[in-house]
Amino acid sequence: MSSLAQSQLRETFELNIGPQHPATHGVLRIKVVMDGEYIVRAEPILGYIHRMHEKMGENRTWNQFWPNMGRLDYLSAIAYNHCYACLVERAMGIEVPERAEYIRVITAELNRIQSHLLGFGAYIMDLGGFTPLMYAMDEREQILDLLESVTGSRLTYCYFRFGGVYNDIDDDFITGTRAFIKRFRPQIPMYHKLVTGNVILMDRLNGVGPISADLCRKYGATGPVLRGSGVNFDVRRNEPYGVYPELDFDIPVYHECDSMARYMVRMDEMVQSCRIIENALNKLPEGPVMAEKVPKALKPPKGDFHFAVEAARGTFSMRTVSDGTNTSYRMRLRSPTYSNVSLFEEASRGMLLSDALAFLGSLDPVIPEMDR
Amino acid sequence: MNELIRLLAYMLGIAAFLGLNLAYLGWVERKGAGHFQRRTGPKEVGPYGLLQPLADGLKLMSKQLVVPTNADRPLYMCAPILIMVPSVLLFVAIPFGEHLVPREFNFGLIMMFAFASMAGLSILIGGWGSGNKYSLIAGTRAVSQNVAYEIPMLITAINIVLITGSLDLNEIVRQQGSYIWNWNVFRLDKSILMPVSFLVFFICSLAETNRTPFDLGECEGELVAGYHTEYGGMGFGLFMMAEYANLVIGCSLTTVLFLGGWQCPFGLFPGPHWFLLKMYFLIWCFVWIRWTYPRTTFWGLLNLSWKYLIPFSLVNLLLTALFIKVF
Amino acid sequence: MPAEQPQEAAAPVEVQAEGEGEGKPKPKAKKEEDAPPRKNGLIETEYAKRGAHLDVQINPDQVVSAAEFLDGEGMTLEMVTGVDWIKENQFEVIYDYSYTGGQLLRVVVRARVDRNKPDIATVCHIFGGANWHERETWELLGINFVGHPQLEHFLLPEDADFFPLRKDFKP
Repeated sequence: MSSLAQSQLRETFELNIGPQHPATHGVLRIKVVMDGEYIVRAEPILGYIHRMHEKMGENRTWNQFWPNMGRLDYLSAIAYNHCYACLVERAMGIEVPERAEYIRVITAELNRIQSHLLGFGAYIMDLGGFTPLMYAMDEREQILDLLESVTGSRLTYCYFRFGGVYNDIDDDFITGTRAFIKRFRPQIPMYHKLVTGNVILMDRLNGVGPISADLCRKYGATGPVLRGSGVNFDVRRNEPYGVYPELDFDIPVYHECDSMARYMVRMDEMVQSCRIIENALNKLPEGPVMAEKVPKALKPPKGDFHFAVEAARGTFSMRTVSDGTNTSYRMRLRSPTYSNVSLFEEASRGMLLSDALAFLGSLDPVIPEMDR
Repeated sequence: MNELIRLLAYMLGIAAFLGLNLAYLGWVERKGAGHFQRRTGPKEVGPYGLLQPLADGLKLMSKQLVVPTNADRPLYMCAPILIMVPSVLLFVAIPFGEHLVPREFNFGLIMMFAFASMAGLSILIGGWGSGNKYSLIAGTRAVSQNVAYEIPMLITAINIVLITGSLDLNEIVRQQGSYIWNWNVFRLDKSILMPVSFLVFFICSLAETNRTPFDLGECEGELVAGYHTEYGGMGFGLFMMAEYANLVIGCSLTTVLFLGGWQCPFGLFPGPHWFLLKMYFLIWCFVWIRWTYPRTTFWGLLNLSWKYLIPFSLVNLLLTALFIKVF
Repeated sequence: MPAEQPQEAAAPVEVQAEGEGEGKPKPKAKKEEDAPPRKNGLIETEYAKRGAHLDVQINPDQVVSAAEFLDGEGMTLEMVTGVDWIKENQFEVIYDYSYTGGQLLRVVVRARVDRNKPDIATVCHIFGGANWHERETWELLGINFVGHPQLEHFLLPEDADFFPLRKDFKP
């Protein structure tokens, strides 16, 4: 049959995946044009929980904007706290005490482990294995308990302040964290045994959803997606902030560019985060956790400021345009999943439906952060 | 008159057995899943959550029956009933014990396969009748899956027929002697590949009953809930129960064909208890697999059948025939 | 991380050379925010204070050639920001470029368009990731990206006929 006749016979249909669908991790909608089980075009449609955080940033004073930072990526909110704190500190020129910097790193890395754990569990659940989610949840609860004891909340943290952190960590937290890491370390080989080594899983992930490093660059993909494509880029290392330069850790990079590589990057990052936390706990200095003189009414100088951190899903950066008043003139939030998912349309062309959803899961989207 | 009473008793017995199984396999699965996942599973309703199935049933029955606007109403309504009918019917031929058979056919095996293949049809009807694209995709998937896995399953079953020379299920059990090495799994004197045949049959019954890792018909990661996306209340309940009924049937058939049915492994007291023990062990394996493995892709599923299982089972059949002819 | 001055200095000077004729490179004014109309040109900013190494202001018709140049240098478009300068009756579009291949380099490219006729060329044929960012900027501020393949509502409801990030927006 000639290709022309084939194309005339070809009949496509539209399938709406979402906004309420188990595979989309929230209210993402993907309009898929399918030819049988093959995807002709998959267009993500956002905005189902758009809250206009950027406008809120213009209406609220710098301190009033704090709670918003816990509500973007509800899974790794501390990294977002970190970015906002550092952004305003950069604008105002506030010096942060060293102990506070260490506490920031410890909590941020705990939060990263927690986020990757849930990402791991939810991803395997997308692929049909339910048990790993429960295992991951078990570990995650411990982290949430630890973080709750010091920050006061379990999910939407509002823990950092300009010039430090709100609450000093106590001995219970430190011993608890050490105990957790001791308990958690042997779990990861167990996960690899249970999940990663599974023939079915390898069959589903190896070679699925290939994205080249150049595609990542064109779309501004960052985080595990970029590192799974063989690019050694991590804001913690390439654009260090806080006390990251003083801690030793490796950046896991995989060159396979497929879903398995992205999955493995996340798994390895959890190990590295453990290393960072242990290292930071060993080096934790005594001292205050808040800077001495932080003005009540913050008025950063005119101009625009930019700060980037490595959140669990990639580079989260903020750009604020200040006009010298007590509110921001323009607050721009650059969320990592927004860029990561934007390459879905191009990369998913011609994939099978089940592969495409495995691919989407490997991007690990968090919808409130994309929609902002 | 005597015959009538016997039939009535068997009907009641099967209904009770089936009802109990359908209710409590759900409980077993949830409890098992709980223990696999470091949690307790159902425990609130009754001791050890034993009254949970009752509560579930009440909930499902009290729900409003909603027919979607796009649905093809007659098809939509009849699919859950259609899927239950063959499952119940198949119990007629299963030999629970030497003298505990509802009805001894001399073509029991054929009847099993004939009715078992109806399940795919009812899933397709349900998927098509729902008027939902997810259900439709799931329905087509389920049919091609059932077709693909029926072939190796049947060919493997023919091995048994060759060995025993009978289609009667009870006769097949009877011929497997009362010691473990006489069971068809270990009948290496008839065909050295018997253990592998058992494995093939087991995999096929996993696929035929739409269980993980082959539950492509209802993979919630892609197709929401597959062919029963649009069903609520007892419609959903019937699909659920049919799944467990098929599970029981599949495991019974494997027990009968390969594991010596009601025979005791070491020659003592053969009877229904052995049959039930073996069957529930297999069911437990199914549950175990379900909560351990992720799901394959549809492509991987079909490849496994058409590229590996079917050629293998054909070769296996030839080998068995050769063995029987030569020795 | 202002350690790699030679490498980074080479890049933007060329941008300027190819981009425009009149605006001379003036690295002199570092703190000239009070002088309102900033001239086109390049400023080397202090990274620790601003979060960027280079700050380039160009004409709106040069954004494409700037993007092409930076794409050739292997840089990533991180985000596109629109700012409503209502007093000057202008929109500013800020492109944040960063280099992910090695030593860090952040370049800010900004262009100003007239608020009454906010047209600017799209760069999404060069950077696919610009597609969503530009679409969002159009939706929230009403800056029209000429040549963009799909300027449709994205985050807001389909029937939204307002631009919420404009300073004269009344809810």
